[in-house]
Amino acid sequence: MKLQGIDVGIVRKGKGRPLLMLHGGGGPVAGMPFADRLAERFEIIAPTHPGFAGTRIPEHFNRVDDLVFLYLDLLDELDLKDVVLMGFSMGGWVAAELATMTTERLSKLILVDAVGVKVGGREDRDIADVFGLPPEQLANKMFHDPSRAPDINALTPEQLEIVAGNRMALGVYTWDPFMHNPKLPRRLHRIDVPTHFIWGASDGVVTVDYGRAFCKMISGATMTVIEKAGHSPQSEQPGAFVDAVFSFAGR
Amino acid sequence: MKTYWFTEDCYPHLPDESSYRSIRVDLPSRLCDPDVAHDLYNRYLDLWCACDDIGLDIMLNEHHQTATCMVPAAPIMLGILARQTKKARLLILGNPLPNRNQPVRVAEEMAMVDVISKGRVDCGFVRSVPYEAAAANVLPWQGTKRLWEAHDLIVKAWTTHDGPFNFEGKWYHHRQVNVWPRPYQQPHPPIWVTMGSASTAVPVAQHGHVGAVFLAGYPNIRTIFGGYREAYLKAHGRVPALDRLAYLGLCYVGENEREAEAGARKLMWYMDANKVPVEWSNPPGYHPPAVSAQVMKGRSGAGVPTKPKLEEQMQRGNVFVGTPDQVFNQIKAFWEYSGGFGNMLIMGQAGFLSDADALKSMNLYSKEVYPRLRDLAAKADPAELYERSKAMPAKQAVDLGTFGVDFVR
Repeated sequence: MKLQGIDVGIVRKGKGRPLLMLHGGGGPVAGMPFADRLAERFEIIAPTHPGFAGTRIPEHFNRVDDLVFLYLDLLDELDLKDVVLMGFSMGGWVAAELATMTTERLSKLILVDAVGVKVGGREDRDIADVFGLPPEQLANKMFHDPSRAPDINALTPEQLEIVAGNRMALGVYTWDPFMHNPKLPRRLHRIDVPTHFIWGASDGVVTVDYGRAFCKMISGATMTVIEKAGHSPQSEQPGAFVDAVFSFAGR
Repeated sequence: MKTYWFTEDCYPHLPDESSYRSIRVDLPSRLCDPDVAHDLYNRYLDLWCACDDIGLDIMLNEHHQTATCMVPAAPIMLGILARQTKKARLLILGNPLPNRNQPVRVAEEMAMVDVISKGRVDCGFVRSVPYEAAAANVLPWQGTKRLWEAHDLIVKAWTTHDGPFNFEGKWYHHRQVNVWPRPYQQPHPPIWVTMGSASTAVPVAQHGHVGAVFLAGYPNIRTIFGGYREAYLKAHGRVPALDRLAYLGLCYVGENEREAEAGARKLMWYMDANKVPVEWSNPPGYHPPAVSAQVMKGRSGAGVPTKPKLEEQMQRGNVFVGTPDQVFNQIKAFWEYSGGFGNMLIMGQAGFLSDADALKSMNLYSKEVYPRLRDLAAKADPAELYERSKAMPAKQAVDLGTFGVDFVR
């Protein structure tokens, strides 16, 4: 659909309460098995951030708040109400920012291995520098079971180009300050909907400790830690992930 | 034809390369002995100063967080040479504009050195290579567009002489721009910009600046120079003069073939030592996704440097090696194939090549190769040369592999 003059790809599937699902740096996830399970109880609305999955980054986009305002418009345009807003990783950052602006159309917020805040000191590397890690080290941080990391040599040139494009888009949105907004912690008090964090126990990009510190910044927020999962519990442990979503937000 | 002599000021005294993953970005500085570095700096400065007597012009550049180049601040080196030399042109190629957050500061530095040197600065602007992204902490996305916005601000800063002006662009904001001193050369020092493709050549040609190409070799030189020539023709109504184009290659001239080859093999350190893993050679947004994908695949996790061979690099037109006659003929052949250029940039020192050996090659080049090249270029008609070049069949040459991706896109 057209938003702010930009063609935004949106997957809609399932029936039930609207679930606005914001993907992370790896690209869209609405086609994964966990999403099919969620679609049994939710109407999933899953936009592709401009720049991901082979799409163009608009000339004037270069920050996470460009996405925040895009999705504020999306909520208005579709006139969505009672929305469960769920974001993964960088999408979690977008979701948290959006919720600090207005929760008028939201009922619940779910942040999955989300980035967006700085929790440590200036010399602490709170968030792994995903652009500065050797591929095998990055896989170790991303996955509980690194053998699940995609083998880029098995991808077609077209698939690999999409992976490279996703990586570029992630860089455009998150490069500096890296993966966070220094002002966000002082704005999180505005979030007045029930908020739940879901975290992979083996996440090495943003650790469980980071997740706990982030969780403490939002009043009343709770957290589920999923064992044997890394940065993407929805793909490594889809069953436990869906259970966590249902028990927090499924009616 | 002008010739600029260049060295990267490397620190070659490293342990075996199997002991480190990358020579750039994350190589620990404990491997750098400041006393050794002090001696190296002074040796390299002496070689540059020798250019003044030998009759060569001077080129220098900068890189960051690397043992391949100990000049993270080229304007400082330029300032030293402005005072220590008297005749040579001083080409800085260049200022990595997208990685410098204050273009006005660049305008100030260049104007200052231009005045100190009494108008000998050739001011280069570069987008910079991918490994610089992490070192500068700057996202390389839209780097070319940032380069041109910074360029516009710098040129206006150099050429505005009636008090401050305001600049609020997409990337750079500066409300009171008023550079002191103004440049010695009026309206401003000659501007050079590096080009890696036919499309990046277009704005360089439109501005009429000097377009410089590094190590593109036979496979790419006609495409890039052709892109420049066509855009120049369209913008200015004539084929550009040869002095608008420059080519950089490695070069070693010896008394005989054996001596030349030995010198060239030492120069090859520059290519051999460039061990850079994928995480530093492929920052997000430097390459378009299709190229980035190739880099990912080509170097996936291996951290293996490409090991270019001397013979292949000679065949490719990246390295010119031999007796004065041989080097003249190699450069002449490449020059004709390319459609001609008026500036030869020579990397003439690298790795463990001794000062005496570097000087020997510089002197041989200056006495026995340079006059013939000057004569060749002086007699050439650029339009006729271009037509002749276009008619030549494409020359086959070995692929440079991922090494060239940094310079040629």
